[in-house]
Amino acid sequence: MSARPVVDVRDLQTHLVTRWGTIKAVDGISFSVAEGETLGLVGESGSGKSMTCLSLVRLAPRPAARTVGGRILLDGEDLLTKSEREMQRIRGKKVAMILQDPMSSLNPVFSVGMQMREPVASYHGLRGRALTERAASLLAAVHISAPLQRLRSFPHQMSGGMRQRVVGAMAIAAPPRLLIADEPTTSLDLTIQWQYLNLLKELQTQHRLAMIFVTHNLGIVAKMCDRVAVMYAGRIVEIGPVRRIFKSPAHPYTRALLASIPRLGARAEQLTAIDGQPPDLATLPPGCAFAPRCAEARERCRIEAPAETRLDETHATRCWLHAPAARSGAPQDAGGAGAAPSEARL
Amino acid sequence: MGTLLEAAGVTKHFPVRLGAMGFSRATVRAVDGISFTIGAGTTLGLVGESGCGKTTTSKMILGLERPTSGAIRFDGQDVLRLDRAGRRHYRRNIQAVFQDPYASLDPRMRVGTIVAEPLVINTDLHERARRDRVAELLDLVGLPERAASLYPHEFSGGQRQRIAIARALALAPKLVVLDEPVSALDVSIRAQILNLLKDLQRRLGVSYLFIAHDLAAVAHMSHTIAVMYLGKIVEWGDAESVALHPKHPYTKALFAAALPIDVDTPRDDVPVTGEIPSPLAPPSGCRFHPRCPLAMPHCATREPAPRAESGRLVACHLY
Repeated sequence: MSARPVVDVRDLQTHLVTRWGTIKAVDGISFSVAEGETLGLVGESGSGKSMTCLSLVRLAPRPAARTVGGRILLDGEDLLTKSEREMQRIRGKKVAMILQDPMSSLNPVFSVGMQMREPVASYHGLRGRALTERAASLLAAVHISAPLQRLRSFPHQMSGGMRQRVVGAMAIAAPPRLLIADEPTTSLDLTIQWQYLNLLKELQTQHRLAMIFVTHNLGIVAKMCDRVAVMYAGRIVEIGPVRRIFKSPAHPYTRALLASIPRLGARAEQLTAIDGQPPDLATLPPGCAFAPRCAEARERCRIEAPAETRLDETHATRCWLHAPAARSGAPQDAGGAGAAPSEARL
Repeated sequence: MGTLLEAAGVTKHFPVRLGAMGFSRATVRAVDGISFTIGAGTTLGLVGESGCGKTTTSKMILGLERPTSGAIRFDGQDVLRLDRAGRRHYRRNIQAVFQDPYASLDPRMRVGTIVAEPLVINTDLHERARRDRVAELLDLVGLPERAASLYPHEFSGGQRQRIAIARALALAPKLVVLDEPVSALDVSIRAQILNLLKDLQRRLGVSYLFIAHDLAAVAHMSHTIAVMYLGKIVEWGDAESVALHPKHPYTKALFAAALPIDVDTPRDDVPVTGEIPSPLAPPSGCRFHPRCPLAMPHCATREPAPRAESGRLVACHLY
């Protein structure tokens, strides 16, 4: 990751104002994605994956949601300082999104051609025949056969997989710098999902896209992503290279999650289940949000939220087990490399 | 272990009307002559993509759809020829747990009433005995006794699925149809429910028909697996050998596309191309031939019959 990241998110905070008080849906998240790189964002429902993505393009549902802090640098420019007009030119052109349900992205009463020509015309200033040809070539790029005829079809005349490919074609129309894919294959069948994932990889390589891939399927992460960020209750609890995290997960939640998933060929009578329920964001405990379900939780975990600990240049986690002072029990070893918070002794 | 349920050549065709006016008629061959058995106390996993007939098959077993032809035998008796009393007996022994526990539990009924409902309809237990049975069932699925006086909205998704399981077990059925029982639940909760279902099977000796998209979960839960494609069973056999050493090209493709959470063995062979054809006009011969990487000329004309191959049935001309 020597290149400058396409997107660099620092300490992003998005809060939701509700009847039950303010919910910290995104609570101080930092990550970056480089050109041609894919970052997986995994977590359960309510962990803040989708809210993070919506905050990136400033589309978190208003008035309830407010991004109250942090920076979102896209090629060095902070999106949080942009006006709504400027944002409109950034969405789609610089940052494109693919959502779970293609029918929520496509308009059922317009032909695919009508819907594709609109963004293409605005990005490239094309008209007439050239415009139609560009739209058809985009459909061809997502492996839709007879693209010129397909432009006349309506979304309902297509299968789910084909609709999602049309959405993919629109997403790369500019082409953008950053592609956010929010569970793009959840509604697709297995073999169709496989085809679509391969297509996304192909498009990414072609256009050197930075990609954020939101999913709860760790198999997809293993196939698609270079790095992964594991979210829990609005925070990234662990981030690092996929191989690294799948082989030696540092955070107890990541470890438990990987252990709880059935694997083909593993002859286990029982799965290692995670106790308890996913957290309720309105009534989070004061310390680490995972502490109530964590088998390794200690006194301190229930009192104080852990800060991020860097395990090496690429791998970081938020867990007291890995905080410098907590390791081995030696309070301050020579060198004092990792300055542990000293006020922690309560 | 004896056979609990046997399906022999079961077929379900739905007549449909096509076109804006509905003048033209056609037949959807949702399930086309499938045969399988479920042993007592075992689990049959049914896998396949949308439109393959999994749900229609489960509906026929639940008695919600009547097969067009073929026979379903339960404990040796033909289910389709039962008299009233026999049908009632059959229904008591077949229960179901559905995908979405937010839709399958009545929000205006207390949990105790929900779990007791099968007892009210099917038994003449008295109020007191029913309450004891409900407490026993809640305990069985790991819920506290006081849950009986609460409403479904007071529970999380995983707990609601436990309630649905308790209701399904109320009449001590011999077979429970589990239609995607964990896909609506959070990833960290799924293992809890799968463990509970396995544990209940061990303790109660109940059989399961397990339908799911998550192939690793099916392989984990099942003793045998049947793979369906466009209304046909293409492969049926021991769960482990079907999952780890699939024979039919479609089974191979399906399990290759199942995305293992394994970073060491990248299997980047493209499994299949093309889309799933419409069941209104299934391809001739072997229904998989237009997408099959190993298709031979006669696959398009002759339909392969299921044949025994290394301890399982495979419907493919390769074997």
